[in-house]
Amino acid sequence: MTSGAEPLLSVRDLVQEFVVRDYGGVKGGVVNAVSGVSFNVWPGETLGIVGETGSGKSTLARSVLQAPRPKKGTVTFRGTDLVTLSGSRLLQARRHLQMVFQDPFGSLDPKWKVRDLVAEPLIAYRVGDRAARRHRVDQVLELVGLDPAAHGGRRPRELSGGQAQRVAIARALAIEPAMIICDEPVSSLDVLIQAQVLNLFEQLRAELGLSYLFIAHDLALVKQVSDRVAVMYLGKLAEVGPGEAVYRQPLHPYTRALLDSVPGAATARAATTIRGEPPSPIHPPSGCRFRTRCPRAEQRCADEEPAMRELATGHSVACHFPLVPVAEVTVRSEQKIGETP
Amino acid sequence: MNRVSTVGGPLLEVENLTVSFPGRRGDLRAVNGVSYSLYPQQTLAIVGESGSGKTVSCRALMGLLPPAAVVAGSARFQGAELLGLTDDEMRRHRGTNIAMVFQDPSRSLNPTMKVGNQIAEAVRVHRRVSKAEAREQAIELLRLVHIPVPGQRFHEYPHQLSGGMRQRIMIAIALACRPKLLIADEATTALDVTTQAQIMDLLLELRAELGMTLMLISHDLGLARSCADEVIVMYAGQIVEQASTPQLFTRVRMPYTQALLEAIPRLERPAHSPLPVIGGRPPDLSALPAGCSFAPRCRRAADDCRTTPPPLAEHEPGHRWACWHPIDTGVA
Repeated sequence: MTSGAEPLLSVRDLVQEFVVRDYGGVKGGVVNAVSGVSFNVWPGETLGIVGETGSGKSTLARSVLQAPRPKKGTVTFRGTDLVTLSGSRLLQARRHLQMVFQDPFGSLDPKWKVRDLVAEPLIAYRVGDRAARRHRVDQVLELVGLDPAAHGGRRPRELSGGQAQRVAIARALAIEPAMIICDEPVSSLDVLIQAQVLNLFEQLRAELGLSYLFIAHDLALVKQVSDRVAVMYLGKLAEVGPGEAVYRQPLHPYTRALLDSVPGAATARAATTIRGEPPSPIHPPSGCRFRTRCPRAEQRCADEEPAMRELATGHSVACHFPLVPVAEVTVRSEQKIGETP
Repeated sequence: MNRVSTVGGPLLEVENLTVSFPGRRGDLRAVNGVSYSLYPQQTLAIVGESGSGKTVSCRALMGLLPPAAVVAGSARFQGAELLGLTDDEMRRHRGTNIAMVFQDPSRSLNPTMKVGNQIAEAVRVHRRVSKAEAREQAIELLRLVHIPVPGQRFHEYPHQLSGGMRQRIMIAIALACRPKLLIADEATTALDVTTQAQIMDLLLELRAELGMTLMLISHDLGLARSCADEVIVMYAGQIVEQASTPQLFTRVRMPYTQALLEAIPRLERPAHSPLPVIGGRPPDLSALPAGCSFAPRCRRAADDCRTTPPPLAEHEPGHRWACWHPIDTGVA
């Protein structure tokens, strides 16, 4: 999946910062929300991004969409750098890059009917005439498992959480995007409804060949829908790799800690639960940003920022002392290469 | 875990608890005949989706429901009836016998008051102590919930603390009068996984240290599995299954519990494999179906399920379920 053509989305050294002023006893300063993040998403691929509150994952999603514009870096989508575009040219370039948010009731106008909500992007991009738009609305509503006759005339408050999220997905799909950025798309839903919506994402991926940038705090959920998983900590990527490899053989101590914190996980909750809380993104630690909570941290971690390096095929980590000795991973990856014809 | 003694009777005995809210389209039955016993030092998890009645049933015990709620049944704490008490009578139980920690600490804390004073206030409401003494106890409580430099944190405001810290403050307030029963209502839901793990570790540690009984209300079966001794599963205002944690997770009998378990994305599952899902939605609580409330969504439902509600009965020692056609686990 990672070989061949050009990446659909290529993000290089993306930096996003916000200036906050002092309030109460909290010190102001520059919030380093995203600090030099690079990744590719290939056509038809789902890249999952997992991280805790304040890791910068939502800011990353918005910076990709240029809302607000990133401070530094490039965002190449279908061969065009979105950072250099503005106005109608940005709007046109972004047409194939849509977004689904966490709270469907927050992103749908409560006064509008479902049918109009789904038609809005079609009108905004001047797609077809009235009849063609109507046809398209029916089509996408059916695609997301809603009945155009029954649900088309309803308003958001007459929908359940799961149905409302389906409407939000239909809206994103209406103008035939190549990629959807999902920011915690199922976090506000109950388990059973969540499973239905996750299956819908999978079904749409298979039927329409969509790519997703799937952002969530739940590692198991991200792994379920993703080909590759990126772990984010305090504005930086800690580890990127195939979902299965990240779970079976995490390389970054932070990924290990995340895996161990999942309640009811197969791995017994050991003493590896990390202590403390993430430091403030206003004053991130020098060197490796995880070092203040890391059980393996040494002097080098404070002095030198670890670079992202590939230790196994497609599996990279930004850590001076990864959990698996480098030699062992190299042997494994060689074996893997030997096996594949 | 499992240092549970059934000697000396239950700490809390809930019998046929019913909570309904009168409405224009008929009564909304949020809790529909719930009975269970909670023994000293047990950790009980009540699990269910939103609207299953898990929160309402616990708030009824604390007398925290809006005046419109109609509560029936009985709930005895160490033999003393809790339901139908006046506010003054209830106040004697709150804090000293039963305390509660809620989901959103930022909404439960006073934003204009130093956190230390909020803890000291809780101490002084329930005990006749001097201000200085209350202050000392507050710092002691901060230490108990593992807040570093408690003397300094005492003087901070909620907005200066992280979500995990605020939840620790809430726990400190709840513990101010050393309650016998602590109810944690989705206490870790708003927190990150690593913080959630820390708070759960703290609650379990305090339970052992102070000999408390713990009731966890959660939508998360995974959390129940790793922290509770006993699990109750609720659906549409009723208990549909109850068993000890190991028994429930190895021998699920109720199809609803199984559906919940299967629908959770697990790390062990291969990526892109479809999650087993069930269609439909929980029933309208003001128009419950005649038979089993889960029957319209159940794969195993037969005619009897749609006409007669299955009673909740102890079919195996320590394992209760309400189902006419339970899953055969293959274990005799």
